[in-house]
Amino acid sequence: MTLAREKAVFSWAGYDDEAPPPVVEARDLARDYPFGAERVHALRGVTFAITEGEYIAIAGPSGCGKSTLLNLIGVIDHPTRGEVCIRGQNVGGMRDREATAFRLRNIGFVFQRFYLMPTLSARENVELPMAEAGIARVERAARARELLSYVGLEARERHRPAQLSGGEQQRVAIARALANRPAILLADEPTGELDAKTGAEIIGLFGRLNADGTTVIVVTHDEDLASSAHRKIHMRDGVIVPG
Amino acid sequence: MRFTLAWASLRRHGTRTLLAILGVAVAAAMLLDMVMMSTGMRESFRELLLSRGYQLRLAPKGTLPFDTDATMESASRITATLRTNPSIVTVSAVLGGTIHVPTGNRVVTSAALGVDPAVQGDYELLSGRDPVGSNSIAANDEFLAATGATTGDTLDVATGYDPQLRTYAGSMRLVLTGRVRFLYGAANQLATVMRLETLQKMGGADRTDDASLFMIRVRTDAEVEAARAWVELNIPDVSAISTATALAEVDKRLRYFRQLAVILGTVSLFVGFLLVTTLVTVSVNERIGEIAVMRALGVSKKHVVQQIVIEGVAISLAGAIGGLALGLVTAKYLNGILSSFPGLPSAIDFFLFQPKSAWTALGLLTISGIAAGVYPSFRAASLPIATTLREDAIA
Repeated sequence: MTLAREKAVFSWAGYDDEAPPPVVEARDLARDYPFGAERVHALRGVTFAITEGEYIAIAGPSGCGKSTLLNLIGVIDHPTRGEVCIRGQNVGGMRDREATAFRLRNIGFVFQRFYLMPTLSARENVELPMAEAGIARVERAARARELLSYVGLEARERHRPAQLSGGEQQRVAIARALANRPAILLADEPTGELDAKTGAEIIGLFGRLNADGTTVIVVTHDEDLASSAHRKIHMRDGVIVPG
Repeated sequence: MRFTLAWASLRRHGTRTLLAILGVAVAAAMLLDMVMMSTGMRESFRELLLSRGYQLRLAPKGTLPFDTDATMESASRITATLRTNPSIVTVSAVLGGTIHVPTGNRVVTSAALGVDPAVQGDYELLSGRDPVGSNSIAANDEFLAATGATTGDTLDVATGYDPQLRTYAGSMRLVLTGRVRFLYGAANQLATVMRLETLQKMGGADRTDDASLFMIRVRTDAEVEAARAWVELNIPDVSAISTATALAEVDKRLRYFRQLAVILGTVSLFVGFLLVTTLVTVSVNERIGEIAVMRALGVSKKHVVQQIVIEGVAISLAGAIGGLALGLVTAKYLNGILSSFPGLPSAIDFFLFQPKSAWTALGLLTISGIAAGVYPSFRAASLPIATTLREDAIA
C-alpha cells in the first residue's frame, strides 16, 4: 500500500492526523462465530476511528456485520481478533465485571425493540441505570425528569411502556441510554419498528442529541437516518467498504 | 431498585404469584406441623413430667409407671428408706386400681388413684375439696357425667365386681368431695382419686401396703442422677426413672413418629422448593431479553441474581407466613384427633407450638427460596448478552 493510498484509507476510516483523539478506535477487528462444525466470519478485520461528537451511521445489507460491530463497540461481545478502544481504553479483553461497569458509565444503548422494563414507569426505566450507578434517589428522579423533558415526555413520566406509543417508548429508551452521561450512544436500528413519521421524529432527536455534544453511532437500514449522520461507514461481508 | 423490580415482576403475573404463594403456604404448613410434631410430643411430655416438680419416679422393677398392673409391696418400708436420703425432700406414693360404682341398674367402672393429697402430683382440684378424709373421693368430669354424681354425694364404691354374680368386693361408702382434672389421664377416661390408705384397704389383704408408683422430689441443689443411682442401689426391687431416662424411653418409643415427621417435613420442603424454582425459572425464561438488556445497560450480574433471588424469597416468605397460620390451625385440629388416642395422657400435645419450630420452618423456607432463585437467575445473568438479544429478537 502506498503512503498516499494508506493515508486515504485511514482518512476515510476516520483517522486524521489533525483531528482530536478518537473516542472509539478499532484496529483489525474480527469476530467469528461457531456454526456447527464451521465458523462464520461476521467481521473480518475492521479498522476505523470515531472522534468525540461525531454522528456515525453504519450501513450495509443484512448479515454484513453491522450489529456485530456495534456489539463489540458496546462491550457486550468480545472480538476474536484485533482490538477496540474507547477513550483510549482497550475494552475487547475486559472481564465481565469490568465490562459491565464500563458499559454503565460509558455506553448508552438504544435497541430496535425498545426493551423497556414493562413493569416500570417511564421515569423508573430512565432511573434504572442511575440506580445501578449508585446515584441517590432524589438526584436520579430529578435527572430522569430532565431527560424525559429533553425527549418531550415530561407529561408521561408515570406511564408504563404499554401505555406509550412506539415512538414514545423509543424516546424513553433514548432518555434511559443517556442517564449516566455516556461517552457514546449506540443505536441498533432505532427506527426499525416505527412508522415513517415517528421514525423522522427519532432521527430529529438523534440530530439534536449530537448537536448537544453526544457522540452517536447508529446501525441502520433506514436511508433517512443514515443520511442524517455526519459520516457513514458502509459494510459488506464483514469488512468496511467505500460508500 | 432491585426491590422495586422484584415487586413489579411478582405483580406482573399476580394470579400466578398468588397461586405459588398458596402452594408454598400448604407446603409450609405441613413443614411447620412436622417440625412441631418431631419435637412437640417430647417437649410436651417433658413439661408434663416436670409440671409438679417431681424429678424421679419409682416403678416395679423392669416396668415404667403404670405400664403394667404390677405393684411394689412394702410401700412404707420403701418410703422410710427414701427418707433417709438427705437429697430427697418429698416422697409421694401412688397406688393405681379400678373401682366399680353401681348407679341404678348399671355399674360404672373407673380408674382410681390412691395418693397422699398433701404431696400428690397427679391431679389438680377444679372445685370442692381434696379427698383428705379416709372416706373421701374426688373425681373427674367424665366420671361425674357417667354416674350423674355431684359434690357432696355419697357413693358405694367397690374394687372388685363379679358381673355374673353381680357381687362386689372391697366395698366402701365414700363421699364425693371435689371435682378434679388428672394430669396424666387419657381422653374420656373415667378417673377418681382417694387417700392411698383407703384404696389399699379396699384392695384387701394383698394391697395393704402396696404402691404402683413413687414420685420423688429431689433438692434443687442435688444431682437427680446421683439420687436415682442411690435409689437403685438401696432399693433393688424398683426401677428408678428420672425425667431424663423417661424422656430417653419416650424418644425410643417416638422414634417412628419422628422419622415420619422428618420424612414428611423434607418432602414438604422439597415440594415448596420445586414450586418456587419452577415459578422463578418460568419467570426468568419469560424475561430473558429484559435481563440481557439490563446487563447491556450495565446492571451487574450480582444485582440481577439478587433481584431474582428476592422474588424467590418473597414468595417463600409470603407462603411461610400464610403457612404458619394454616399450620397452627391444622395442628390444633390434628392434635384434637391424636389426643384422644387410647392410653395416652390427653395433656400431651402432639403438635406443640414453640417459637423455635416456627423459626426453623421459616429459616428452611427462606433458604429454599434463596436456593430456588440462585440457579435460574445466575444462568440467565451469565448468558452472552449479544447472542441472547439476537435470539430474543428472532423469537
